[in-house]
Amino acid sequence: MPGLEDLYREIILDHYRAPRNRGELPAPPATRVEGFNPLCGDEVVLYLEVGPDGTVTDVRTAGQGCSISQASTSMMSAAIKGRSVDEARRLIRAFKALMSIHESKLEGGDATAATEEALEGVRLGDLEALQGVVKFPVRIKCATLAWNTLAQGLDEATGA
Amino acid sequence: MALDVAALRAQFPLLARTVHGRRLVYLDSAATAQKPLAVLDAMDRYYRETNANVHRGVYTLAEEATAAFEAGRARTARFIGAADPHELVFTRNATEAINLVARTWGAANLGSGDVVVLTEMEHHANIVPWQMLAAERGIEIRWVPIDGSYRLDLTDLDTLLDGARLFSFTAMSNVLGTTNDVPALAAAARRAGAAVLVDACQSVAHEPTDVSGWDADFVAFSGHKMVGPTGIGGLWGRREVLEAMPPFLGGGEMIRDVRKEGFTTNDVPWKFEAGTPAIAEAVGLGAAVEWLDGVGMAEIAAHEARLTEYALGALADRFGDGITIYGPATAEGRGSAISFLFRDIHAHDISQVLDEDAVCVRAGHHCAKPLMRVLGVPATTRASLAMFNDTDDVDALVAALAKAQAFFAL
Repeated sequence: MPGLEDLYREIILDHYRAPRNRGELPAPPATRVEGFNPLCGDEVVLYLEVGPDGTVTDVRTAGQGCSISQASTSMMSAAIKGRSVDEARRLIRAFKALMSIHESKLEGGDATAATEEALEGVRLGDLEALQGVVKFPVRIKCATLAWNTLAQGLDEATGA
Repeated sequence: MALDVAALRAQFPLLARTVHGRRLVYLDSAATAQKPLAVLDAMDRYYRETNANVHRGVYTLAEEATAAFEAGRARTARFIGAADPHELVFTRNATEAINLVARTWGAANLGSGDVVVLTEMEHHANIVPWQMLAAERGIEIRWVPIDGSYRLDLTDLDTLLDGARLFSFTAMSNVLGTTNDVPALAAAARRAGAAVLVDACQSVAHEPTDVSGWDADFVAFSGHKMVGPTGIGGLWGRREVLEAMPPFLGGGEMIRDVRKEGFTTNDVPWKFEAGTPAIAEAVGLGAAVEWLDGVGMAEIAAHEARLTEYALGALADRFGDGITIYGPATAEGRGSAISFLFRDIHAHDISQVLDEDAVCVRAGHHCAKPLMRVLGVPATTRASLAMFNDTDDVDALVAALAKAQAFFAL
């Protein structure tokens, strides 16, 4: 049985207790985007500032939710700040692949080729601490909420 | 007489299992109750010995199946205090029962500008069907507010009911635990000329129900919350009201005759029961209410009130200001659902930590998001007590909460 320490790694609790990049940015010029998990009421609000060279120059987060959704939001904001939109999108794919590994294993196979490709060459760093979430399937949506919201925000910010 | 909880527990096979190697502490009966052996056996026996379609065949099995199905209806009707079993329509659950009223009675009686009055403590099941009618035909919805003690604020009730066609309200909140004075609310609706729907989904499992004394037009409930199976619930309706309503779903069973040119409807309640019904579930529900009556609903209510008082006291004693309970502060005028905020720990995190100790609680908005917005919280943790719970269960909850507090170091 997976234990609580698999889910609530110290770095996750640290981000939960002291979330990074909390606040707001004037929108516009920043892009404001909201994400909801209708099942639990968790809410993530992102403010993204993307420079003319396609760099995420600033990010702020608001909203409320459980430790996993809030820590994931905080860690995501730290991971994408200063990165290019393309890098941020690769990070989204890699993170979501990380969250899907457990499911593909449950279905009897190894991680799928698409998952491995998404993870290839991407340094997740601290974000790997969230991998324990996959052992608690009902919590995966908590971890991915910020990332799905980010994907939507990047599309809006770049007019994609 | 006090319940022999140990003897009751022994009748629930599931409660004998462990989770993570620990004694199961099931505190989520407001979501769904566990089932006693009497219910499981009745359904198993039905499938092993009787199974056939109902109201169809003339062979022995079919007659026995029909008799068992209708006996389930009659037994359940008696349990809720209905004078006539034919006033009880089987549905999938309370949600379907309320939707049935909205789709049939509502279609026949509600038009643009007509008013339906709800309360702020309703479950989505008693909100969304009316909002669907509001979107489709422009009915107006008014809300009876709650007050600071988590009870209905009836100050402006007569104004809210003025001109209303229907007052639809819960008998017992699934979030706050608050019980409402059904006869008084129904009487106020009557004075205004409004019809009355009572959502008895919570109350029916926790206190004696007497629909005949409620002066309601409709009462909705779910079988699975009253130690019965999932997939069956009931809509009780006054016979003349049911007879005047158009049918719900079309198909077999609900017709008297079908020609190429059209159809005529069956008598109530079968008029509203298109298709093969949940037969084994009706048998199971009959066994469930038989079991509940055997224990005694008054005894169950008294036991749960004592245990709720104990739980409210234990939580306050141990955690003081660290816990905020959203619901009446004493067991008076409330059921056994206890919703709370604990420190600043999100309900999902609490529920996750409690699961380590095999303590099952509900976390989230409890399908009552308008109420959560009134309370100003995104989610709460809810522990709900049933007849098979005892002070050990409450003590386990308190101990597990203390563990959560230590774990999150708050």
